Order: sequence, then C-alpha cells, then structure tokens
Amino acid sequence: MQYNYRPARRDTRILAMKSSKSNFSILAFLLILPLLLISTQLAFSTQIQRVISPGGIEAWLVEEHSIPILTMNFAFRGGSSQEHKDKAGLANVLSAMLDEGAGDIKSQDFLERLEDLSVHFDFSTGKDFFHGEFKTLSANQNEAFDLLALALNQPRFDTEPLERMKSQIVSGLKRNARDPDRIASRLWFENAFSKHPYSQPTKGTESTVSNITARDLRNYRENVFALENLKIAVVGAIDAETLGVALDQIFGKLPGKANLKTIPAADLKISEARHTEFDSPQTVIRFGGRSIDRADNDFVAAYVVNHILGGGSFSSRLYDEVREKRGLAYSIFTHLMTLDSSALYIGGVSTRNETAAEVLSLVKQELTRIANEGPTQQELDETIKYLTGSYALRFDTSDKIAGQLVAIQIEELGIDYINTRNKLVSSVTLEDAKRAAKRVFGDGGLFVATVGPIMN
Amino acid sequence: MTSSNFSVFWRQTIWLIASLMPALILAVPASSQENTATIIAPDTSSYVLENGLQIVVLPDHRAPVVTHMVWYKVGSADEERGKSGIAHFLEHLMFKGTPSYPDGEFSKIVASLGGQENAFTSTDYTGYFQRVAKEHLPLMMEMESDRMSNLILAPEQVAPELKVVLEERAQRVDSSPGGQLGEEVTATLFPNHPYGTPIIGWEHEIAALTQQDAFDFYNKYYTPNNVVLIVAGDVTGEEVLELARNTYGKVKRRFDVPARRRATDPVIKTAKTVTLIDARVQQPSFQRAYIVPSYSTAKSGEAESLDILINILGRGASSRLYKSAVKSGVANGSGGYYQGSSLDHSRIVFWGTPRGDNKVADVEAILDQEILRIVKDGVTGEEVSRARRKMIASSLYSQDSQESMARTFGVALTSGQTIRDVQHWPEDLGKVTAQMVQDAAIKWLVKTRSVSGYLQPASKSKSAEKEG
Repeated sequence: MQYNYRPARRDTRILAMKSSKSNFSILAFLLILPLLLISTQLAFSTQIQRVISPGGIEAWLVEEHSIPILTMNFAFRGGSSQEHKDKAGLANVLSAMLDEGAGDIKSQDFLERLEDLSVHFDFSTGKDFFHGEFKTLSANQNEAFDLLALALNQPRFDTEPLERMKSQIVSGLKRNARDPDRIASRLWFENAFSKHPYSQPTKGTESTVSNITARDLRNYRENVFALENLKIAVVGAIDAETLGVALDQIFGKLPGKANLKTIPAADLKISEARHTEFDSPQTVIRFGGRSIDRADNDFVAAYVVNHILGGGSFSSRLYDEVREKRGLAYSIFTHLMTLDSSALYIGGVSTRNETAAEVLSLVKQELTRIANEGPTQQELDETIKYLTGSYALRFDTSDKIAGQLVAIQIEELGIDYINTRNKLVSSVTLEDAKRAAKRVFGDGGLFVATVGPIMN
Repeated sequence: MTSSNFSVFWRQTIWLIASLMPALILAVPASSQENTATIIAPDTSSYVLENGLQIVVLPDHRAPVVTHMVWYKVGSADEERGKSGIAHFLEHLMFKGTPSYPDGEFSKIVASLGGQENAFTSTDYTGYFQRVAKEHLPLMMEMESDRMSNLILAPEQVAPELKVVLEERAQRVDSSPGGQLGEEVTATLFPNHPYGTPIIGWEHEIAALTQQDAFDFYNKYYTPNNVVLIVAGDVTGEEVLELARNTYGKVKRRFDVPARRRATDPVIKTAKTVTLIDARVQQPSFQRAYIVPSYSTAKSGEAESLDILINILGRGASSRLYKSAVKSGVANGSGGYYQGSSLDHSRIVFWGTPRGDNKVADVEAILDQEILRIVKDGVTGEEVSRARRKMIASSLYSQDSQESMARTFGVALTSGQTIRDVQHWPEDLGKVTAQMVQDAAIKWLVKTRSVSGYLQPASKSKSAEKEG
C-alpha cells in the first residue's frame, strides 16, 4: 500500500461503467497521441494492415514478428443501452459468463485451461459497446483461438456458474452501495438522463440482476454478436493470412446482421440537483452538462479547453483554485464524454462537508469564467506543449495499441486517422478554444449530484 | 522533423511491445514446462557514488524515453512516535520549491516538456519520479538532486497542503468502512512495531504537523547516502553514471542516517478479532491476517514457499479456496495474498464474502479446513509447479513498462532486498518443494498469530436484537 502525491490520472469511477474504456479513455488517448506525427500519413498507414479474411471479416493488424505474443481487441456495437430496464445489467452478466464454460468444456475446466495456457480473456460492457480483450503467447495461439471461438459461439450458460456470477455481481453492487463515489456517479446518471436507457446502471440493480436468465443471455448474444457491428484490432506476431483463417474460425459463424434497438437521442437534464444522504466526513460532488458531439468541428478544441479547465492531472484551473490555493480537496477533475446518443461533460470532487458549498461555488465560478473568457494564449500554448510532448508516454502496451485501433474504427475516423488527427489538434487557435469553451461550458446549465450529510 | 517523428512513434510502439519479449521467450515456453533459469532484467548495472548514492540502470533502447526515479530509504515506519504522517506530508511539500526552482517550477517544467511525474510514500520508502523523453533526463537529474538538499517552504504553501493531506485521508480512509477496518486490523496486527501506524498518519497527528516537523524529517533522512536512483529506458549504465556524477554527485553527504531499527512486536499468543459494525455496510465480509516473514527477514526459501503457498490456497480459479468456498456456493468470493516486500516482518491476508444465507463463519470454517488440510496432508508437486508457472508468467506479463520495472527494483532495494534477489526470483521459486510449502503452512498459518477483521451491517445486529 502506498499514498500518491497526485491522484490517479483518471478516476474511472466517475463514469460508473466500463464504457469509460471506449468512450472516454481511449478517445482522450487518440487525441493526445497524434500531435507529433505531422505528415507521416503514408509511412504510418502502411504499418496498419487492413486484413480481410477469406470469409470477409475485417480486422486491423499491426504485425510484429519479433514478438511471440498476440493481443486482440474487439467490440460489438450494442452495450448496456440495449437492455430492457427490468433486465439492467444483462450485458455485464454476459461479460462475466463467457469464460464460464463453452462447448463441451464446463466452467471449472474452462477457467483452469485459460490459467494453464496463460491466456487472458477480459469481456466488459459500456453503454454503447460490448468489448472483448484477448491476449495469448503465440506458442499457445491455436488453443487460445479455439477457446475464444468456443466462448463467443457456444457459451454454455450453465445454471451453477450463472447463479455464482449473479451472486458475485449482486455482492459487488452491495459493496458499491457503501462507496460514496459510486453512489454519486449513479445518482448523476440516473437523474441527468432521466428515463433514457443511459440512465440505467450498467451493472444493474439487485432485483434486475436476479431477473436475468440463461435465455436472456442467449437472446442478447444473438441480437448483438453480429458481423456488421463488429470491430477488431490485432497486435502481435501473426501474418495477415494466418490471421484471416483465425478470424473466420473465431467470428465466422456469427450472423451477418445484428438486431439492435434504436436508441433515441438523450435529452440531458441540466440546471437541477439531487442529493443522497450518506454518513461521511466528506461530501462527494458530481457535476456535468451538455457538450458537443465527437464529429463536431469544435470537438478537438473542446478537448483542449477541458484539459485547461479540469482535465490535466498536473494542473488545471480547478486543481489550482480548489487544491493548490485553498487545500479544499485531494482531487478534482472534469472529462468530456461522447456516447452514441449523447455528448456531455462531467466532473467530480470530494471535500469536507463544511466546504462543499464553497467548492461548488468555485466550480461554477470557473465554468463561467472559462465560458466567458476562454483560456489565455499562454494556457493554450502550455497545454498543447504538454499534450504533444507526452504522446509517447501514453502508447505503452500492445493492449493500448489494439484498444486504440478498435476505437478509431468505432468512431469511423478512418485507417489513417493517426496521421491526420494531429493537424486538427495542433492547429487549435485561441479563437477556436474560446468558441469551444463558450459552446460547452457557456449554456450555464449544470446537473449536480451530491452525496453526504444534508447540505445547508 | 516529420520522418524522425514517425520513427520515434514506431520505435516507441514496437519497443513497448517488445520489452516483454526476451523474458517471455525464456520463461514461458510452448510446452508450458517450467524454465526457472530466467533472469529478470539481465542488463541491469549498478554503481555507488562517492557520496553514497546508489544507482541502478535498467537499459532498454527500443524507445527514446526514460523513467527517472529517486527512492529514499525512509517511510512511515521510520517516523518518530507521535508524528505519524510526516513522511507522507514531506513528500507533498517536496513539490513546493527550491531557490533555483521556486514555487512549483519543477512541476511546471516537467509538464512543459510533456513529462509525467508523481511521488509516493509507503512504510519503508518514499519515491519521486518523472517519465520523459530521453533528452530531458539531465534536467530531471539536476532538478531532483537540487531538491535533495535545497528545499524551501513558506507558511502559505504549507498550510493548504496540510489540508490537502487531511482531505486525502478523509477520501481514502474515513469515507470507507473497509478503509477504517483495514487500519484497525493493521494496528492490531503490529501492536508495537510502527507498521501498525497508518502510512498517511492518524488524523489528529496529521493535523498537528508543522513546517518544522517536515524540515526535521528532511534533515534526518534526505541525503544522497540514503538514496537509490533508478533510471530505466533508453540509456546505458555509463551514460547515467556520468550524468549522475555531474548532478547527484555534487550533493554533499549531508549526514549519517540512523540505522533502521524499529521497535519489534512481541510474539502474538492470542487470536484477535476486530469488528466494524456500520450502517453503510450491506455486504458482510471478513479478512484474516497472519504475521509472517518477508523476503527480507525470511530464512532461505521460506518467503518463496509462502508465496507459492498463498497461490495454491487463494489465487485464481484453480486455487483451493476458489473451489471449496466459491465453486461450492458458500462464498461470493474468497482468496488471499502475501505482502512479500517489506523491510521487517510482513503479513499473509485471507478474505471472504459469504453468499446467500451463508454466514461469514461458514466461509471462515472453509478457510480453516483448507489450511488444516495443507498442514496435515501437504500439497502436491503438481500444485507447486502450476503455481510457480503462473507466478512467473504473470510477473513477466506485468513487466510491460519501464515504470513497473523501475518500481520492482525500487521496492526491493528500499525493503532490504538486493538486485540479485529480483533477478533470480524465478530460480529461487524453482527451489521450493511441496515439503517446504507444507512446512511454511505449519509454521506460520497458526491462528494464534492472526488478527481477524469483520465488516458487519448495523441492521443485522438490530434485527438480531429484536429476534432475541
């Protein structure tokens, strides 16, 4: 155990759902990386191969033969937002069940086989996407592919492991119920998104998880696991031809068409507040409002502005005002979040109950200030310097490379995205930043969720 | 600029993947046979400057970036009684400035170079680090060596930082029943040794810390002869040595550091329990901690045996506890871990959460049975091999960054271990036999050496009273 001077870089708990993986973290990562890659289009693009299997399945491959491991990330469009509200948490239960037995191999044997081969399966769900991460030593690649194919195509969903997983998930929900950070995030999403599917907790509730049956899992799998909404990225020691055969083996039996519900655009509530009473020396505050879409021309400028306001882990206006100058909190941050059917920003801070009102008013003051005045030229320059200089440090595992390539596909940014996006980011002007600041933070609307004793 | 940027990008990318490889190739061959001849980070070099500063270099030339870490051999367990939290508070204050780099200038420079930085405090060490492009390493070394002896503080910097630390404690410990119970279990497990004091400090003692306390601590422990410098990345040993001579080498040996002899604990003769009943708790759970030797205090082979023992008992789906407690339906979760790196004695901790109508006591009974089964019947050679294979594979998978490599060496070298101990860990694990695992269980998993902690919902006890 140890204590850090600075808080963790990203408090993913703010998102209270695994979708942070695709919807925020990777997105941020994409924006940060490309800045120094000006004019490397051709060279870089040649490194990412677009592999089409004999059966027509596409994957992006970064081939590296000196390395005897293989990492594959994939995502199906259709995360927890596809669930009926009475079955909230269904996709999360599915993510826990895919390594609990498949084909003729029962749960315990399946888990032990993965352990013995040092194969890693990690499934998770966000609001809009169901994610898979897979990692194996190349030496065990064939057996690992067999296990992945079985897991995706013939999961068993036996009663014993299903009840075990549901019970573990409910136990986790009960544990989370004593965690004020999680309570605050859930309070924020449930109310800011009102009755929209995004308001449903990704892991469900005790009663909705208890409702989930093997039949529900089968239906969800059949509706969502389809080739048309699948994106795949592979990094490691495999050539295109071998990968093509593997892709057909793993994914080739899935249906072509998915059967997804249309999710309506979310009407995010603003200018409201909710409070949950909780016995604690601190009050946890979540705040957020409407932002702009990923495809918006001002999105990149908004990303830079958010970094200046509350996105940087080293320094930001909120960090300076709340922590450095006044010592009112250990951490404070804001994120931009883009979902398929909504765009928002959300921030968080924990502070003594006595200073909760003061911190909230400082937050509002800084939101207003950046909306009205934008950042200074110096802040903009420094932020771009930081974002450009640190790009390499963010690109540090094969998992992250694979995750990034899946995210680029999800966002439909194109295979040369890494070579073009940098120009957009590095060319953000003060005028762009001011305009974006006004658009994101200037509508004055803020949804606030607080957890702690009664606030005065 | 453009083409070099491209190559920087790809060298970085490929390096980071490739950094896993040499070890993986050796350690986890296709046949899944064991290869305990693997040496972790075989290119490591080490030097000592005249002022006593130790240097460890972990070269990796596949990307032009470095991780620069300074580890002071001082932590919360070295604090004077009554001044708990001072090691951690000083760590925060170290960012305030020096005459050469005043008012947080160090951090501003790191950020402007696109670098990342942080610092951390534990029981036996305090560390500061930056991750930067290679060409900025000399400046990092200059600034870090500067604050080794030139710290300046102003009251208007100290006062808000003390509040930040109190908020940090409130957020991590006081807002969480689990955090509070953990603190009490630790305090009970180490009744006399300073490991029983929270790293972040007791709230009332943190609140009373002063600027003078920070300087007193700084002037007792922050000196080159109490430092391990670790540089991992695109550097050679010679290169780092040269840079270190021109930066750290100019810092005078400020004083001798007192020997790290902490008050010791008596032999515990009673199984103790700590219970936290809290209205916020909905899911009851327990943990049981046993005092055991660490890698630094253990006799030869004993720590490795404990490591394998805990793997067989409580790590992963093939572990005995998973099968008998979780798979059987009695527990939602149950497992264990061993804190092996520690200057003085350490702990093995088991935990469990009952499922459905089962009680904490039911899960505990299974834990007791499983321990007893190993004490009486031992483990199989196959279980030992499997545990070892998993441990070696996972330690190698986890070596996917300079930072984690640097941390592995930093923790070891400030907790009484040597470079050799880290490098030859796979080989040392290979010497463990099934008999040694059984012996370790017999000797150390004795209930009268343990503390059990219980987290209980308040409502349960109320309804019990009503029923009664």
